[in-house]
Amino acid sequence: MPDPARPTPEALLPAARREGRGHLKVFLGAAPGVGKTYAMLQAARSRAAEGTKVLVGVVETHGRAETEAMLRGLDVLPRRPVYHNGRILQEMDTEALIARRPDLALIDELAHSNLSGGQHDKRWQDVEDVLAAGIDVYTTLNVQHVETLNDTVARITGVRVRETVPDSVLEAADEIALIDLSPDELIARLRAGKVYVQDQAARAVANFFAKGNLTALRELAMRTAADRVDAQLQEHMAVHAIEGPWPTQERILVVLPEGSIGRDAVRIAKRSADRARVEWLAVALTSLRAEARAEDSTSPALRLAERLGAEVTVLQADGAAEAELLDFARRHNVRRIVVPRPPIRGFLARRLMPRPQEQVVAGLLRGATRFELTLVTDEDSPGRRTPRAASPSLPDAGRNFALVAGAVAATTLLAVLADRFIPVFSLSLLYMTMVVAVAARLGRWPSVAAAVLSFLVYNVLFTEPRFSLRIWSQGQFLTLLLFLAASILTGNLAARLRDRAILQRAISDRTRKLYDFSRRAAAAASVDDVVWAAVSHVAAVLECDTILLLPDDAGQLTVVGAFPPEDRMEPRETSAARYAYDKGEPAGRGSGTLPASRWLFLPLSAAERRIGVLGLTYADGREPAPGDRHLVEALADQVALALERVRLADDLAQSRVLSETERLRVALLSSVSHDLRTPLVSILGAAEGLDQAGLAPDGRAQLVDTIREEGERLDRYIQNLLDMTRLGHGALKPRTTTVDLRELAGAARHRLRGALRDQPVEVAIPADMAPAEVDPVLIEQVLVNILDNARKYAGPRSPIRMSARTERGRAVLVIEDDGPGLPPGAETQVFDMFWRADQGDGGQSGTGLGLAICKGIVEAHGGRIRAEAVHPDGHGTRITLDLPLWNPEVSA
Amino acid sequence: MTARILIVEDEAPIRRFLRIALEAEGHLVSEAATAHEGLALAAKEAPAAMILDLGLPDADGISVLRGVREWTQMPVLVLSVRNDEAGKIAALDAGAQDYVTKPFSTGELLARLRGLLRDRAVEGGSACLTLGPLEIDAADHRASLSGEDLRLTRKEFDLLWLLASHAGRLVTQDMILRAIWGPAHAGDSQYLRVYIRQLRAKLGDDAADPRWIFTEPGVGYRLAAG
Repeated sequence: MPDPARPTPEALLPAARREGRGHLKVFLGAAPGVGKTYAMLQAARSRAAEGTKVLVGVVETHGRAETEAMLRGLDVLPRRPVYHNGRILQEMDTEALIARRPDLALIDELAHSNLSGGQHDKRWQDVEDVLAAGIDVYTTLNVQHVETLNDTVARITGVRVRETVPDSVLEAADEIALIDLSPDELIARLRAGKVYVQDQAARAVANFFAKGNLTALRELAMRTAADRVDAQLQEHMAVHAIEGPWPTQERILVVLPEGSIGRDAVRIAKRSADRARVEWLAVALTSLRAEARAEDSTSPALRLAERLGAEVTVLQADGAAEAELLDFARRHNVRRIVVPRPPIRGFLARRLMPRPQEQVVAGLLRGATRFELTLVTDEDSPGRRTPRAASPSLPDAGRNFALVAGAVAATTLLAVLADRFIPVFSLSLLYMTMVVAVAARLGRWPSVAAAVLSFLVYNVLFTEPRFSLRIWSQGQFLTLLLFLAASILTGNLAARLRDRAILQRAISDRTRKLYDFSRRAAAAASVDDVVWAAVSHVAAVLECDTILLLPDDAGQLTVVGAFPPEDRMEPRETSAARYAYDKGEPAGRGSGTLPASRWLFLPLSAAERRIGVLGLTYADGREPAPGDRHLVEALADQVALALERVRLADDLAQSRVLSETERLRVALLSSVSHDLRTPLVSILGAAEGLDQAGLAPDGRAQLVDTIREEGERLDRYIQNLLDMTRLGHGALKPRTTTVDLRELAGAARHRLRGALRDQPVEVAIPADMAPAEVDPVLIEQVLVNILDNARKYAGPRSPIRMSARTERGRAVLVIEDDGPGLPPGAETQVFDMFWRADQGDGGQSGTGLGLAICKGIVEAHGGRIRAEAVHPDGHGTRITLDLPLWNPEVSA
Repeated sequence: MTARILIVEDEAPIRRFLRIALEAEGHLVSEAATAHEGLALAAKEAPAAMILDLGLPDADGISVLRGVREWTQMPVLVLSVRNDEAGKIAALDAGAQDYVTKPFSTGELLARLRGLLRDRAVEGGSACLTLGPLEIDAADHRASLSGEDLRLTRKEFDLLWLLASHAGRLVTQDMILRAIWGPAHAGDSQYLRVYIRQLRAKLGDDAADPRWIFTEPGVGYRLAAG
């Protein structure tokens, strides 16, 4: 049992939620012209006088001198020009407002709808952003704009305003100031032209400002403000653990059956929940059949419920939904169920062609024994379609009828033939069998048609008197009637079975699609694979276009995959995607934020981490049906998990690469310390040796040689390190030109002429061989490295052979020596950095970089390099280069 | 042959060993460590040749070269670093006669310098050049190797004459193409490659082990100085 003297966590939550947020003060009025803006400015001026940094985000003065005078001396944010229907209009610049970081922002007309092009549809959403940034906000609101009061006001005044503010915004307000003006005074102001009313016809204005209306509105405003005070008191009591008559946690459920509109029901549920101070839920019912046809009358109401703070669920139910619904209600501790009442129809219509909405309501009336049930008249929507009424299209009906007629004709033929062998009344069984078959193949209505047709044909052809519809005996009549009834009944049963089977197939199809994806995602080894699996799979399942965005290294969302493939997005789409990613909420088409976007974006997150955004759009621009929304959300979760899994695997591989880098670093250090120092030791030693007195001329010459050779070695080593660094940074871009390989071989030999003094080098490159298309400087370096290696490992006086040929449009250059050859299995390792063939003492030391550089250079040319033994016993090393040939057509 | 040589190089050890080597050859040496100082000395002392480092602390070596070229055509030998083909070509275009790549052998540098100074000596234009067994007569467009007539086409002869009149020195591809095929063909290294191959064949020269025409990959060609 919780300690009663301590506040419960739930009670502390609203207060905690407001921590760090700016304070919201709403100046609430009953009607335009009561002086809200004026009062707001007055309050702001006094705050400014106290030293608060006040910034006017947007204030509409409507040219009123007294209001403009109040504005003087306050800091006013420049508006953002917005192009709308050929006119440039001014909107509040929310981003600039937040960037200025005032203590207090004045934002007039909370219910204002932004023109398209802004981040949000509604100004109250901008205000949310400003508050979230920790800035206090003063704003103004007329009571008619409060979402749940919208209907009431419309009923009182006959004027419905489209711009509404969710009640939750008003509830989140820290303070509400009621700006009150008596109706008489207001009417006087209106007459004096002091009230500006936007876009409303004069007559409507006159009606709206009738005294009775104003009185009612005034009362409504007062009650709203009073409710708010009450709520603040309750919250205060809860936070401070003051005992009180807390409502039990019984909840209110609004049910939105398939085919209903249900917005009024949602508003009423919300108000009941508010009044009772309980949580509330909304459940939309949808059948696979409706989803398959993308019929979705309830989704606006469902979204309204979501905006109004309901916990929202979609139940997939075919047939007996009420049992599932009541079970859901019991599990969620629901006390009261609100459901839109379907339009009343005749008894027969209800019986014969029941609509899902009627079935649900009837089911609830039957089954909801321990619930309080509220029926709300559902608003009518012109052009509403009832899902079941959707009849097959005309060509379809024609085809079905032809099939039915054919079946009846065929059966009749059979019956005429069988007439001799079996009693006449047994022939009816033939017809019945056919009717069942038609029901199973074509469904309910064709089977009824078949039954009626069979009844007529049977009557005409097989009952006495034949070839007439007349019937002799009562018994016969009864039999025929029974035949018709039995046909229709069995046909119906068979049709129902068929429906079941179709639905079952749809369900298993969907399950299989989900399962298929998880299987594909599990098999995907890289992020790219997962991305492709995700976009192609979601596109296939929902028959829509998909796109997937992931943040790059700089945190910028970039398109990584799309189906059909696409690699760019329009700026408006990008900002919707960004919003979905930043806020972790759906954005774009069919959501409350940036609905002008063509795409709906769903955030992908796994284990509290944002991963990316999945976007989808339909070619015909429709919004995704709620059932699809839930399917795609399930898929999005799977995509997120798969991405996360691949990321983790990548991280693991990354750490392996890091350890490889670490290995190279160690090798480089040891190489530098050894290879750089050894020549220096020789040079310093030789230089000091030269200084000695009494040095023989021969010894002197040797020391000088040592200094020169070691210096050259040092130079080669440093050159190698530099080349390697450039290769490593990808800074090495071959500048190709046409080159004679024979010429290049000559240049390389010339550069090594000192070292190759004693080396027989055979060059077998045809003088008229087609030229290669390479960077001469880099490939010369490759040849120098390979020749130098051959010299080092094969030993002096051992021959080196160079040859070249063209093969399949490539230049193939081969360099062979007769040295000891490569250690077995080292054919690819020789090209690794810092790899060195083991040499006993006295062997030539190298840096282990030469061949790695060759590989880098050759590959930068789009070529290949490989090493192998020359002789079968492993002796000799052959290095083969594959390089591009000059192609005159491409170069020309 | 004694000449005054100006060394413009910021590294004192390099200046020192160059001075020792040049003085051993009998030259007089002036030293400058900066571009500014180098230009001043070049103007004041009118040296016979200049050895110029491209990387100077106060300015680019090429700017020194351009400054010097405003009043004198004296030979300039550039010291450059490996893998800076663009820098080398820029220096040659700006009027340098030749370059050596650091680290260079002193012997090679002295040989190049001799070539430059000899050029200077024969300047004035002789119609006949002799490089060992190779004799070239510009007056009647004939060349012979060891007394054998080479039977060169007009373009081949022009190419040989251009290389020979700069014997021992580097001639860039660009220079050759401009001089023989005209400025419109400056980029057509195709022509040059083909003619060099033909010329080599007639000279009995092997590209893989050259005796006469040496390739400087990516830069140009050099004819052996006999």
